[in-house]
Amino acid sequence: MSREAVVVEGLTVVTSPAGAAVVRDVSLAVRAGEVLGVVGESGSGKTTLGLSMIGHTRRGLAIDAGTIRVDGTDIRALDHSGLRAMRGRTMAYVPQDPGTALNPSRRIGSQMAEMVRAHGRSRDEARDRIAEVLADVGLDDPARIVRAFPHQLSGGQQQRIAIAMAFACRPRLIVMDEPTTGLDVTTQRKVLETIRDLCASYDVAAIYVSHDLAVVADLADRVAVLYAGELVELGPVDEVLYSPQHPYTRGLLMAVPTVESARRLVAMEGSRPPMGVGRTGCAFVDRCPVSTDRCREVHPDLVGAGSPLHHARCLLTDDAAGREQVSLRPVLGVTTPMELGAEEKPSVLAVGDLRATYGAKAVLHGIDLSIREDECVAVVGESGSGKTTLSRCIVGLHRSWTGEISLGGEALTPGVRNRSRTSLVRLQYIFQNPYASLNPRRSIGNVLMQTLERLSDLDRAARYDRVLETMDAVALPRRLLNSFPDQLSGGERQRVAIARALVVKPKLLICDEVTSSLDVSVQASVVGMLRDSQEQQSLSVLFVTHNLPLVRSIAQRVVVMRAGELVEHGDVAQVIDRPAAPYTRQLLDDLSRFGSSHRLDRVDAVADSSTTTPTDGKAL
Amino acid sequence: MSSASPNTAFQLRRFEWLHVLARAARSARGRVGLGLTLAVLAVAFAGPFLAPHDPNEVGVVPAFAKPGAGALLGGDSLGRDVLSRLLAGGWQIIALAASATALGVVIGAIAGIAAAYLSGWTDNVIMRAVDVLLAFPQIVFALLLISVLGSHLWLLVLAVGLSHAPQVARVIRSASLDVAERDYVQAAAITGVRPPKLMRQEILPNLTTPLMVETGLRTTYSVIIMAGLAFLGFGFTLPDANWGYMINENRIGAAVNPWAVFAPAIVLAVLSVGVNTFAEAVTRCALTSDPTTRAALEAGEPVTAEVANADSGLSDGDRRLT
Amino acid sequence: MSAHQTADVGSGAVPVQRRAPRPILRMLAQRIPLGLLTIVIVTVIVFASTQLLPGNAARAVLGRDATDQQVADLEHQMGLDQAMVVQYWNWVSGLLHGDFGTSLVNGQSVSSMVGPRVVNSFTLMVLAGLIGTVIGVLLGLYAGIRQGSVLDHLLSTASLAVVSLPEFVVAILVTLTFSTSVFHWFPAVSTIPSGTRPWEDPSLLVLPTIVLVIMIVPYLFRMMRAATIEALGTEYVEMARLNGIRESRVLRAHALPNALAPVIQAIGLNLLYLAGGIVVVETVFNYPGIGQGLYNDVLNTDIPAIQFSVTFLTVFYVVVNVATDALVLVATPRKRWPR
Repeated sequence: MSREAVVVEGLTVVTSPAGAAVVRDVSLAVRAGEVLGVVGESGSGKTTLGLSMIGHTRRGLAIDAGTIRVDGTDIRALDHSGLRAMRGRTMAYVPQDPGTALNPSRRIGSQMAEMVRAHGRSRDEARDRIAEVLADVGLDDPARIVRAFPHQLSGGQQQRIAIAMAFACRPRLIVMDEPTTGLDVTTQRKVLETIRDLCASYDVAAIYVSHDLAVVADLADRVAVLYAGELVELGPVDEVLYSPQHPYTRGLLMAVPTVESARRLVAMEGSRPPMGVGRTGCAFVDRCPVSTDRCREVHPDLVGAGSPLHHARCLLTDDAAGREQVSLRPVLGVTTPMELGAEEKPSVLAVGDLRATYGAKAVLHGIDLSIREDECVAVVGESGSGKTTLSRCIVGLHRSWTGEISLGGEALTPGVRNRSRTSLVRLQYIFQNPYASLNPRRSIGNVLMQTLERLSDLDRAARYDRVLETMDAVALPRRLLNSFPDQLSGGERQRVAIARALVVKPKLLICDEVTSSLDVSVQASVVGMLRDSQEQQSLSVLFVTHNLPLVRSIAQRVVVMRAGELVEHGDVAQVIDRPAAPYTRQLLDDLSRFGSSHRLDRVDAVADSSTTTPTDGKAL
Repeated sequence: MSSASPNTAFQLRRFEWLHVLARAARSARGRVGLGLTLAVLAVAFAGPFLAPHDPNEVGVVPAFAKPGAGALLGGDSLGRDVLSRLLAGGWQIIALAASATALGVVIGAIAGIAAAYLSGWTDNVIMRAVDVLLAFPQIVFALLLISVLGSHLWLLVLAVGLSHAPQVARVIRSASLDVAERDYVQAAAITGVRPPKLMRQEILPNLTTPLMVETGLRTTYSVIIMAGLAFLGFGFTLPDANWGYMINENRIGAAVNPWAVFAPAIVLAVLSVGVNTFAEAVTRCALTSDPTTRAALEAGEPVTAEVANADSGLSDGDRRLT
Repeated sequence: MSAHQTADVGSGAVPVQRRAPRPILRMLAQRIPLGLLTIVIVTVIVFASTQLLPGNAARAVLGRDATDQQVADLEHQMGLDQAMVVQYWNWVSGLLHGDFGTSLVNGQSVSSMVGPRVVNSFTLMVLAGLIGTVIGVLLGLYAGIRQGSVLDHLLSTASLAVVSLPEFVVAILVTLTFSTSVFHWFPAVSTIPSGTRPWEDPSLLVLPTIVLVIMIVPYLFRMMRAATIEALGTEYVEMARLNGIRESRVLRAHALPNALAPVIQAIGLNLLYLAGGIVVVETVFNYPGIGQGLYNDVLNTDIPAIQFSVTFLTVFYVVVNVATDALVLVATPRKRWPR
């Protein structure tokens, strides 16, 4: 039997001193050579869980209960130096942002050597080992890398170095915290492949924490779903994703965009419960579409659901009838086609030969674009592609450009100063960061009323009615009009930003990565709201994003950009299913997807567990 | 649903500074600081009416007489009653310090905002002026002006105020530039709001925190500098009582009647410690209740050393839990 | 979910490590001209302000009984009848040649007066600076590492109290304690006989040094403490701990080097503070340095001496500022080797 590299039982992490539970009674095990994906939204406790598995908690948190056995040793029973000895050597960590996790004042080589030598190797041995492991992660020219400072390397290189450091001492367990967040698609693919190869060849147990279900589908053998600090589902990745047994998992899967099909994203109602409030009953009960009264009273245990390796924390999976209710049908792969308006409508925005510069540097090299009424056009690209510059030029935030932009026939000037009020009304913009786009010292009502006052001729009563109407349209309770932004969540703030734009009834709405910092289910509700607004009033949307699967669920046409140029454009279905340009093809190939046909190549270590010879765990 | 009265006026966050002050006053440090300060203020402003003797009357007791029945703190270098002089000798320093602070903050804030808003040539000129003024140690600047224009009260206020202004200008300019780059200001700009209104409505209200922090700092320095200038003999008319100068003029007799030196020294110490402690409390409360800092913490950005030092009630466990 | 980063360039190629054309020199090349400009403007201000004096220098020297003719003659002799700009130019070129003018009070050359003053003040500043820096840094380091401990609270509260005291209050209290009333260990005044060097009688230096040290330690303590706390809270320190590095090494190799830059700033600011603080402290102890000298010159309206002293102190300010910034740059490798 393949040895289990880490066994966790009843792990509970609380805030200290308050004692509110952040991770509650989690039990799981991971075998050598296996990758366990830990999935959850913000507030689920996944990062805290990952860190506590190597015995570490951030300030203000403490492990309250449970055992954690890594390679047979109970790490909670160790004293400080014992724990330190295990860190790096037996259990390692790959952080989310390698840029801040590497000391900016020291060279890479010295940091890596320090780590290796802290576990008992000589200087020469360390040097050899470093060269070896840098080659393993696919970094050529290790001599140069070793002499570099972190800020001299790209994000992908930094992340590979972090991975190399984690693997350097041949640990039994590696915890990775969203290591590919912030990397572009192609780099992400390469890094994921590297991780997969190394996990297999080093026979190490890996825990991969992520909010990205598609990446987990690609990489992991098993997946654990966390909600409000609890483990709600656990099982082989195919089973969990294709026959989810817990309503929350179902809800997630109904909200996540897929690149293969145009799905109408469905958002879950409500929001996660406040942390640490003592609860009886199921944590998900307020948002669950199939909950019963019993769910409110009894706290469900993790029980078998379907197959022997698959567990879910739901009362309704206990009996056959309930099970049927919950897992009605597979969620992924269901297509709810979007209504695509195909008739020719008048053009709302026309961009001709747009060239923009930042100082001396040219960032847009002649972009042509047009948007029709009631249409949603997505602009897709990696960072540096110029997509944000494009949207900023159109709205007037970036002024050094030449070319033509006309909105409903009227030519737009660079910058906002000389634009007519009509064009200001017609064109509205929504920023990416909901925490920065609202003035913290103005109430929501104040902002909405003043915007209307400036951009419309309505009298006061009519303005007020319009504001109320808009709040309803974005599904925000009216009492929030008296609140200030710091009293709202990220999703609510983004809705306020959208309300601010919609209140003047624009013709064209430019959304600049507006859901990039939101959770999957919040993203689904924002996208749904945008689509509803499009249907209710005649509204066109220019949706800028790097998230290709999301494009499928919101846009009719798509434009692909790269390095300031237009690479391809056309109907969404056409561009995604039958891409013409090599760059687009590459992007689509490198995307993580659901569906085993696209899975990363790997040695099937899990299925062959009975024939694996236990390694003797010797380091280096 | 029927709408509420259309006369509902939605608020700006008015009088935020009052709320911060109130919070600071309730905190532990705030209470200590405020208590000490108010105690000294009471002595300084009510004192002149409570003095048992005329503070300037010479020979009430023998020079440097020890404390006794007629003079609770003994006599000073000219045999005047130390207690009476103590009660009468504070208000000038305090009034000068307060005026200098007000002047410095106002001028500095205007300069800083103008530099940020007008930018270009104006910005350059203002920043060079700031550099030049900052090259003078504060006391040296005051002494320079005193040496040529004499020791007038208005001159002291002007000199010290002017020496505060550049630092305030720097801080406010930097804060304004910071705020001007934020998305919400740009969001207002693209709905056609003109720069003057942008400044008034979007930027100015968000300068509350740095303004409060700087005012607290400047007040502390004003008190220290004015006391120092008084010690050197500037900022009042002889032979009136003045705490700073009392310390100086009674130094020679310190071995005989230490109270003549001790009493004003203690009172000045209590004042400056009280003012500084309260200013610290205000700084902490301003920083930790600033909605922008809160937002940054929520979004997971690192916390600056200021907030780390403020070691407030915000638990670090609140951020980046997942 | 942070913003996207640029795409990988190949799989491992690192750009050739071109050193940027010596960023330190570049920074100096920018700051030094600015500093010089500042100094020039300062001299103009100093000069112009002394011209505001009612009456003039010649009359001050000759006294009230002088006849107009005598005053006019002296004015001509002193060059006071020339155009303002010419007078300014004469003064500045004199400065650059080491001729700092003639004292109006005793007729000596200003340079012979201020020479010993500068030496005395510098001795004091260097002594207090070194001792204060060492104490402040060590205490701040300890408080930062043991944040929240009893000693940390004690030190923090103490520094809060001390940092707000005026210098002369501290000076008086120190004098009362160690000299006149409680203990009688040190002399109450530190008049150094002219012609001797301050270090020839160290007991005269003790009290003023103690006072200055007390003034600068709290600020440094707080800065060091805050910098240490911040450095210990960074992600790379957390990462080093997660990699199993010994805590002592984490401190030494990861936290402290990155706490260096803010501390250098603080030391520079302290030096600048000392330039102003010596005025009062020297006066209290009758210590014949530049500070007390300036005070006396102001009382006597000795214009040339005032002009020189103020100019000297402000030049000192500018130099220390530039030097501090250069040192901070040295301590920040990130800025020295850009991409």
